[in-house]
Amino acid sequence: MKKELTCIGCPIGCSLEVDLEDNNVIKVTGNVCKRGADYAVKECTNPTRIVTSSVVVENGEIDVVPVKTENDIPKDKIFDVVNELRNVKVKAPINVGDIIVENICGTSVNIIATRKVESSL
Amino acid sequence: MQQYDLVIIGGGPAGLAAAISAKDSGIDNILILERDDSLGGILNQCIHNGFGLHTFKEELTGPEYAQKFIDMVEEKRITYKLKTMVLSLTKDKIITAVNGEDGILEIKAKAVILAMGCRERPRGAINIPGSRCAGIYTAGAAQKFVNIDGYMPGKEVVILGSGDIGLIMARRMTLEGAKVKAVVEVMPYSGGLKRNIVQCLDDFCIPLKLSHTVIDVKGKDRVEGVVIAMVDENRRPIEGTEEYITCDTLLLSVGLVPENELSRNAEISLSPVTGGPMVNESMQTNMEGVFACGNVLHVHDLVDYVTLESYNAGINAAKYIKGKEFKENKIEIMAVEGVRYTVPKYVNPENIDKSIDVRFRVGDVYKDKYISVYFDENREIHSKKRVLAPGEMETVKLTKAMFEKYDGCKTITIKVEGE
Repeated sequence: MKKELTCIGCPIGCSLEVDLEDNNVIKVTGNVCKRGADYAVKECTNPTRIVTSSVVVENGEIDVVPVKTENDIPKDKIFDVVNELRNVKVKAPINVGDIIVENICGTSVNIIATRKVESSL
Repeated sequence: MQQYDLVIIGGGPAGLAAAISAKDSGIDNILILERDDSLGGILNQCIHNGFGLHTFKEELTGPEYAQKFIDMVEEKRITYKLKTMVLSLTKDKIITAVNGEDGILEIKAKAVILAMGCRERPRGAINIPGSRCAGIYTAGAAQKFVNIDGYMPGKEVVILGSGDIGLIMARRMTLEGAKVKAVVEVMPYSGGLKRNIVQCLDDFCIPLKLSHTVIDVKGKDRVEGVVIAMVDENRRPIEGTEEYITCDTLLLSVGLVPENELSRNAEISLSPVTGGPMVNESMQTNMEGVFACGNVLHVHDLVDYVTLESYNAGINAAKYIKGKEFKENKIEIMAVEGVRYTVPKYVNPENIDKSIDVRFRVGDVYKDKYISVYFDENREIHSKKRVLAPGEMETVKLTKAMFEKYDGCKTITIKVEGE
């Protein structure tokens, strides 16, 4: 099987073609440097992303607090994570780095706050 | 009238960094004026990650990056006023500002740093025909609704313009449950970073329609759809390529313009290319003691460079307050043949300690070309670039040694060359 990707390692943005066999990368072509090959292998075998979103705040000076996954999570879990966050409410005050949800969607990655929110009370 | 050594107009990333470096350079009497209700500027609504890779060697979100600087401002006890709008700046460096607590404020400053940032080009700036219905927002306004206020501005979205904010909002709206039907770009290439195309569009199978534009907006009270069409090399719509897309929201990500009403009224010289003040190597404008940094000067794609530039402005404002004069602008930097502008525009080699970074943008996409720097007629730098694109800011470093080598040089020319 062949898969086409755009490398994000630098502004050149090489168009990569990856030969796959049973989810194993056999060959990467189109890259001008090693980073392209590394990126292709990672994207084809274990693509991950940091997910950023926001959750509702109660009693805060602002109504939503931005959050992120503390580490990257599998790409196919992105929607599970944001859908779960839609039901989360937190109470101010909140500090940068506070854990908002532990082990989100069984990824063993925490959701942490990325902004300080003072209480409005 | 209140008196301050240094007044900084704007409490975003530029203003915060300038305040910190001025304080570290020995200036205590500093005031930051910010019109929003918190410090941090646009970073507060940029909740995605990717900030600070150069400065902190880690990928932070916008609010996290801002918080590091806000904490430093607090620790250093630098004073600031929020919800305070500056109305005018005079040649004598008298600032008139207004807020709900003090009413009208008049402040005399020894030095001023302009750090007002930029704003988005609205619909009127690009003349999209069609109905004037609800549902048309700039991408940044939509970003504020979603990320700060917690409201979704629409359910079915078309985005015009593929600048980074447009791409980021395509992903953000998708994650929040909207359907982004297309990102439409009039140019044959995207104005955004490669990684944003991949992670914001490709990840969610959002089509990017290059060489296309919106030629009509349909709907009476609310947007009901847009007509898009392919454009020719002169960006004119091609008949017969029209396509109707139903949507309730049109987001515009069609460029940013430095916000310089204050500068213009103070008769500070502005560049016709960037719309920002023309500064020298010390970030000083044509008005002595008035400095500028960040997006008010030229629009950046990386906040890290805003921070560096603003440190420079803060250090030099501190020197000015302590009595240094930057004297005349001995050398003019000319941007020609593919290079659109440079910051700084003028150099006096006497004011350079070790080196200066000259930042610029090119006007087109170039492959396997060279960036060349000429001191008068002499080519001093000739460096190969695999890719040059308008969306990526470029930097060349000019060292003290170069200026000594070409003592008496009148003009530096920067251009894109074949070989």
